[in-house]
Amino acid sequence: MRKIYSKIEQIAGNVITVKADGVKYGELAEVTSRHGSTLAEVIRLQGEDVYLQAFSGTRGISTGDEVRFLGRPMQVSFSENLLGRIFTGGGLPRDSGPSLSENMIEIGGPAVNPAKRIIPRNMIRTGIPMIDVFNSLVVSQKLPIFSVSGEPYNQVLARIAMQAEVDVIVLGGCGLKYDDYLYFKETLEEGGALSRTIFFIHTAADPVVECLQVPDLCLAVAENFGLQGKRVLVLLTDMTNFADALKEIAITMEQVPSNRGYPGDLYSQLAARYEKAVDFEGAGSVTVLAVTTMPGDDVTHPVPDNTGYITEGQFYLRNGRIEPFGSLSRLKQLVNKNTREDHRALMDGMIRLYAQYKDTLEKKAMGFRMSDWDQKLLSYGERFESGLMDLSVNIGLEQALDRGWEILSACFMPEETGLRTEIISKFWPKKE
Amino acid sequence: MEPKKGTVVGVTGNMVRVQYTGDVMMNEVGFLKVGDQRLKSEVIRVRGRIAELQVFELTKGIGIGDEIEFSSDLLAVELGPGLLGQIYDGLQNPLPELARRCGFFLQRGVYLDALPAELTFEFTPAAEPGDTVRRASVLGTVPEGIFTHRVMVPFGLRDEYTVEWVAAKGVYSVRDVIAKVKDSRGAVIPLTMIFSWPVKRPIDAFRERLKPAEPLITRVRIVDTLFPVARGGTYCIPGPFGAGKTVLQQITSRHAEVDVVVITACGERAGEVVETLREFPEITDPRTGKSLMERTVIICNTSSMPVAARDASVYTGVTIAEYYRQMGLNVLLLADSTSRWAQAMREMSGRLEEIPGEEAFPAYLESVIASFYERAGVVRLYDGGTGSVTIGGTVSPAGGNFEEPVTQSTLKVVGAFHGLSRERSDARRYPAINPLESWSKYRGPVAPRKVEAVKDILVRGNDVLQMMKVVGEEGTSLDDYMIYLKSEFFDAVYLQQNAFDPVDAATGAERQRRVFDVLLAVLLTDYEVADKEKARGLMNQLRQTFLDWNGREWNSKEFAAEEENILGRVRAASRDPAGTVEAKIKKLEG
Ligand SMILES: Nc1ncnc2c1ncn2[C@@H]1O[C@H](COP(=O)(O)OP(=O)(O)OP(=O)(O)O)[C@@H](O)[C@H]1O
Ligand SMILES: [Mg+2]
Repeated sequence: MRKIYSKIEQIAGNVITVKADGVKYGELAEVTSRHGSTLAEVIRLQGEDVYLQAFSGTRGISTGDEVRFLGRPMQVSFSENLLGRIFTGGGLPRDSGPSLSENMIEIGGPAVNPAKRIIPRNMIRTGIPMIDVFNSLVVSQKLPIFSVSGEPYNQVLARIAMQAEVDVIVLGGCGLKYDDYLYFKETLEEGGALSRTIFFIHTAADPVVECLQVPDLCLAVAENFGLQGKRVLVLLTDMTNFADALKEIAITMEQVPSNRGYPGDLYSQLAARYEKAVDFEGAGSVTVLAVTTMPGDDVTHPVPDNTGYITEGQFYLRNGRIEPFGSLSRLKQLVNKNTREDHRALMDGMIRLYAQYKDTLEKKAMGFRMSDWDQKLLSYGERFESGLMDLSVNIGLEQALDRGWEILSACFMPEETGLRTEIISKFWPKKE
Repeated sequence: MEPKKGTVVGVTGNMVRVQYTGDVMMNEVGFLKVGDQRLKSEVIRVRGRIAELQVFELTKGIGIGDEIEFSSDLLAVELGPGLLGQIYDGLQNPLPELARRCGFFLQRGVYLDALPAELTFEFTPAAEPGDTVRRASVLGTVPEGIFTHRVMVPFGLRDEYTVEWVAAKGVYSVRDVIAKVKDSRGAVIPLTMIFSWPVKRPIDAFRERLKPAEPLITRVRIVDTLFPVARGGTYCIPGPFGAGKTVLQQITSRHAEVDVVVITACGERAGEVVETLREFPEITDPRTGKSLMERTVIICNTSSMPVAARDASVYTGVTIAEYYRQMGLNVLLLADSTSRWAQAMREMSGRLEEIPGEEAFPAYLESVIASFYERAGVVRLYDGGTGSVTIGGTVSPAGGNFEEPVTQSTLKVVGAFHGLSRERSDARRYPAINPLESWSKYRGPVAPRKVEAVKDILVRGNDVLQMMKVVGEEGTSLDDYMIYLKSEFFDAVYLQQNAFDPVDAATGAERQRRVFDVLLAVLLTDYEVADKEKARGLMNQLRQTFLDWNGREWNSKEFAAEEENILGRVRAASRDPAGTVEAKIKKLEG
């Protein structure tokens, strides 16, 4: 039986301090107060003093409350029984199902040996032309959607989850609005995907420390399904809330902030999570799709900035559309060579022309004269935006490529597109 | 003497506080005993009877009272034949072997031999009994891939020695004794092919340092021609995320004209290392006909691996680079990204509660960066030969803004600056090195006055572009417009280089000189054009031909034909009297 301590020395923010011995770094404790009990994690040892981060916060914890050390770090149960279930950031059931305690696994485990990774090679089809055609998503990729609040980023996530051919979906909500949580649940239920989905949900109303656990819980579960050969898709929304939770703890611990109050290890903390995306040699894979809202729509803000340095590209979602500029899938060249032979050429050609359309728009706004060529570009830009960019468009890759050719041929002469002759002679739509 | 030992009295993140007895050394390695694991750590501060250590592993499960064993050694790497082609973590653990033993995940506390005893080489003695030797003297040689590897007297032996015995020619394990030497007091020291060297100390077994004068040809045109790198020099590549730092280093690691490349992936994505380590064995190096892997060492401490080992990884990399320099080779060390290393220092400094400097980086950041780049250089070895270490590091500035401590500290010490810009990478103008901001103190393969002439056009072209944004094309004179077109032409056919085209991907020095002369002919010619439409048409045509030329095999018939084609078009549209442009180019020679 482990010792129980009943003298809390200090309570500051979400961190409490007790004097105890035999405690290990990273170990869990249970703090029981009049208002219930909370798990807490050891985040610092200093002589006899043990600093604990209380998952449910410290509100209502009294100096006389009991602290019982559990002798193990944070764990989660891993089995098929997780499928279809909904949990909190503390790992407790949020639905009416039983709590699970079989096959407990550690969270936040060690990194995969790079020698056991393989070069990813399979595309994830989403039905969104701006992704499939222009920035293909790849199995095992880690990729955030950069956006601002009010944009339909959660809808995009849900849609990709529904369309993607994966075995398991793990949804992690960090500071999720309750409505959004219900939206995800309903959408996945309607689409019949609930039975292969696992939720770890921290809502905006829950204690902030639980938010910190969500990515680790999701990724530990995903990793283990991956090791069993499953293709797993992890959705994390919104990682800016996760970063803000890190900031809060760092400030409580009186760490020197590095940039706008965020701790100096923000990069390492985010990377430790995103790098769990993997294609295992001889087993399954974990793909991580996240949402990062940009405070003040500023991509140089520390959270999107550090994220961009970690992930394999990003999708900019603005005005309800995935922007062709700035959006980047760094892994697309690994897959778009094996789709259809016009894929790469059309992708480059259409974006080049769209860039010229943007220049023309600028010229137009400045009041410069519009030439014939400018007129063509204007008509092209409009068709491109409604036919391919609009998020309501939901078509397969091949259909999207065909549509691309239709748009080009409706606006331009073949030689005006800058595309190679062989490709044009094969794919340019014939006039009836 | 008090026995040397210690026990843990505090843990925060990856730092432990230890109460010790006996004497401890700064940067000494200690092993923390946690259950049946031994975790490597390094002393980073000593105050009274308390030593603070950074732990190179995850610290979960460490408790107060855990014991620590001090090793009396500094953090060191093993040097010897067999390093080439290896993939190590920051502490020189061989990752493929680790994967064979531990499976998918990195298991903490497992430290394998960097050069296992099973590794054998054919040894040919070079010294004889009775010879007087000192550190770095060659005892014998072994063939290592494409090189003759010198088996030397360990650099840490600072006495004069008499050779007692040398093994006969034959195959030996790297850990077999291959020589015995006697020091001035008569003690006999057995030597193997391997010895160790503390990573944070530069290898100083050479006669003198020389000035870096020879260009290091990377075969990236914008680098070699405009912002060259020197053998033994230093350069940095700062840029916002996604601008192309890693791709540029990958291209360089493939095509650069050096003997050995050490790649240090420091705190970046694992996936990028995987590309290198899966692809390099398949790529043949045209210079040697062997796989590229045979000239490459990869040190990989990616972003989710323990942070303290990131700091170790750059030192491990540069020490291995210096070691191959001692063989008279030209070595290139590429570090991606030095910002992650600086951040590791910042994390440690924060845990030590040091007074923070700008953006919470430690006050000593600048001097640590400076002494790292100081390890580059050309040296004259004891045998009169030379060897070099060139260092190129990427920098990942917060928000893409170069006005930050790591970029600024680096710019103070490097010899060349290849600044990547978001604008250029967004416009897919790769490599996205900003030609108006970057600089180099070294001399490249193309005559400097020729380069200046073209840079001038680039600057003026940019001025015209800025003006045009205000007054529109209509308000710009034909002459100005032509300058703008010429600068765009130069950008499109020379500065931009297609990394995926088999020919265009790498342009040798000779070809750069040849192409540059034709380029000058295009740019210095005064054209007979009636209006802007015609001017654009002409330059577009020239651009198309020039791009085709870039895709032609060097010195092939097609290459010569395309060259003539371009010059013909230039002559046809020129209003200069025959021979004037050639004379202008001639004057820029030398
Ligand atoms: N020379 C090039 N040719 C073609 N594409 C390139 C080139 N350089 C970069 N790219 C494109 O840009 C993407 C990002 O490049 P890279 O990974 O080198 O960026 P980075 O500067 O290292 O970013 P980070 O700081 O996030 O690591 C690549 O995946 C590739 O699609
Ligand atoms: Mg990079």
